[in-house]
Amino acid sequence: MSLLQVEDLSVHFPITRGALLNRTVGHVRAVDGVSFSIPRHGAYGLVGESGCGKSTLGRAIMRLNTPTSGTVTYDGTDLTALHGRRLRGMRRHVQMVFQDPMSSLDPRQNVETILLEGLHTHNIGSGTAARRALVADVLDAVGLPRNSLSRYPHEFSGGQRQRIGIARALIVEPDLIVADEPVSALDVSIQAQILNLLADLQASRGLTYLIIAHDLAVVRHVSRTVGVMYLGSLVEEADSDDLYATPLHPYTRALVSAVPVPDPDVEDRRERIILRGDLPSAAAPPSGCRFHTRCPWVRDTRCKDERPLLRTISTGATNHRVACHWAEEIAAAPAPASV
Amino acid sequence: MGRFIARRLMQLVPTLFGLSILLFIWPRQLPGGPETALLGDRGTPEQLVLIRQSLGLDEPLIVQYGKFLERLARFDLGTSISTRRPVLTEFADRFPATVELTVTAMIIAIGLGIPLGYLAARHRGSILDQLSVGWSLLGVCVPIFFLGYVLKAVGAENLGWFPSTGRQDPTIDATHVTGFYVLDGLLTQEWDASLDALWHLVLPGLTLASIPLAAIVRITRASVIEVLGTEHVRTAEAKGLTDAVLRRRHVLRNAMLPVSTTIGLMTGTLLSGAVLTETVFAFAGIGAFLAQAISELDYPVLMGFILFIALIYVLVNLVVDVSYGLIDPRIRVR
Repeated sequence: MSLLQVEDLSVHFPITRGALLNRTVGHVRAVDGVSFSIPRHGAYGLVGESGCGKSTLGRAIMRLNTPTSGTVTYDGTDLTALHGRRLRGMRRHVQMVFQDPMSSLDPRQNVETILLEGLHTHNIGSGTAARRALVADVLDAVGLPRNSLSRYPHEFSGGQRQRIGIARALIVEPDLIVADEPVSALDVSIQAQILNLLADLQASRGLTYLIIAHDLAVVRHVSRTVGVMYLGSLVEEADSDDLYATPLHPYTRALVSAVPVPDPDVEDRRERIILRGDLPSAAAPPSGCRFHTRCPWVRDTRCKDERPLLRTISTGATNHRVACHWAEEIAAAPAPASV
Repeated sequence: MGRFIARRLMQLVPTLFGLSILLFIWPRQLPGGPETALLGDRGTPEQLVLIRQSLGLDEPLIVQYGKFLERLARFDLGTSISTRRPVLTEFADRFPATVELTVTAMIIAIGLGIPLGYLAARHRGSILDQLSVGWSLLGVCVPIFFLGYVLKAVGAENLGWFPSTGRQDPTIDATHVTGFYVLDGLLTQEWDASLDALWHLVLPGLTLASIPLAAIVRITRASVIEVLGTEHVRTAEAKGLTDAVLRRRHVLRNAMLPVSTTIGLMTGTLLSGAVLTETVFAFAGIGAFLAQAISELDYPVLMGFILFIALIYVLVNLVVDVSYGLIDPRIRVR
């Protein structure tokens, strides 16, 4: 059974106008009907460009945003129905690692206070000695020196700060960690360290991950399953190797083709699909397939008036789900000559 | 932290040095010099020479400055031209009243302003928010003397709840130890005297509080809105903290930096700017005395006052700096 099950989750933000009385003139459909599940000890990667709603989705799962509709089932409990004390209690089991380790840590708290706060909040460990042991344990786990305790976040480098962010999430011994762009604020060399740390921690502590990133390489490194989001919806989901080898959705194909290959010969010859135009507004998403305004393979029928649902396509090994009416045909066809 | 305070104290030395030079030069460049200010227009040339000698104005400037510093070090601020009493004594008689009034006003402004600003920020766009912002704007717009008269008319004359003038009912035979009437009553255990002094402080305190209250409400509101939008508040929420802890530990304390600056600056302004309020409520503070000194160019009094205010600003800023360090560890290190 899956540890986290997201069913038809939507997060719509109202757009209000008016000088005196606010009236709602529309909604930004940041997340619009997303369903996926993560098995216990699994690692699910969510990719998409800026503004596609992946962070909002992560926050809605954490209940930092209020979902408009749909359910988030964690270990048999519907998180969207929780309030107050029970919601706070749930936070022990589901923790989040944030993008920017500088702004996501309270500048006023030193490392010890940051870590102890979690223990106090959830009543973990009995007595000061036991709590100190837990703190020391988590520092070792994330590779921070013991003398970090009395120091403040601004006294650390970016990579170390992210280690504090991870330690902070780990200290309450959660099962699920939602990592929202955990490395995008870091240098490339540090990114690898943090990703390896995340992978090690998953192995040693039996964690389940939801990793949100815009970088395909990052997601591929740490996740077994990858979901691709475009304008609030999942457009494709597959095993990570499968997804990179045979991307079926035109959007995924464009994303994968944008990753440079470290071989000049291949780099010169390989297919490159360049998408034109900007991401449409989530307040007024295109009709039919959300991607039809930028799709190089757009057809006159169905694409503009019928919204494609995620459907399973057999590509051999595992479940490969894609939301495209013409996935099979497009997979067989070469890239359009002029896009 | 000790080093931080020590370094801040060291930085006061050049500030005070600069101030002493300004104060030294000021009376010497008055039209006709201090001797004219003392004698008025009718002094004979012989009298002028005499007074120059008695003041030491015929000596070299550097010697004069040395003597000036020496007098300052002995807290000798000279004698008031109009009352012929030592400036320090005049201040000691009046300053406690102004301090009492300022402290009352700041307690009102802080006690109301921070909760109001916080609530306005938490419920942004609500009726409460609009009322508190609108009200604080009104507080800045209405001239202080007008507000004083309105409060006096309503609170003292129509309702008769509060006394309209003075610091204490003269029929109360109160013993005055420090000059701070509320404190005196507590020290001598004359509770009725203390309470009466407190009662006299309500209307002028409210009047004087209007501007700092408005400033504190607005700064708190803006600052809390900013902190509420930061990532670390979201982190704190994700930790599973209760609302009360989140508010106190993560939102308010981080939002206090600009608020503490405002409080510091406002306290300095009130101490020097309570003139109008003191006049309206016939409150025997420094204000009325200062107004008289300005019109009569009583320069020893004015010099003493400038020195006092400068010292107060310097000290208030020191307190603000130290509180910065307590609020935000990032500032402490620098």
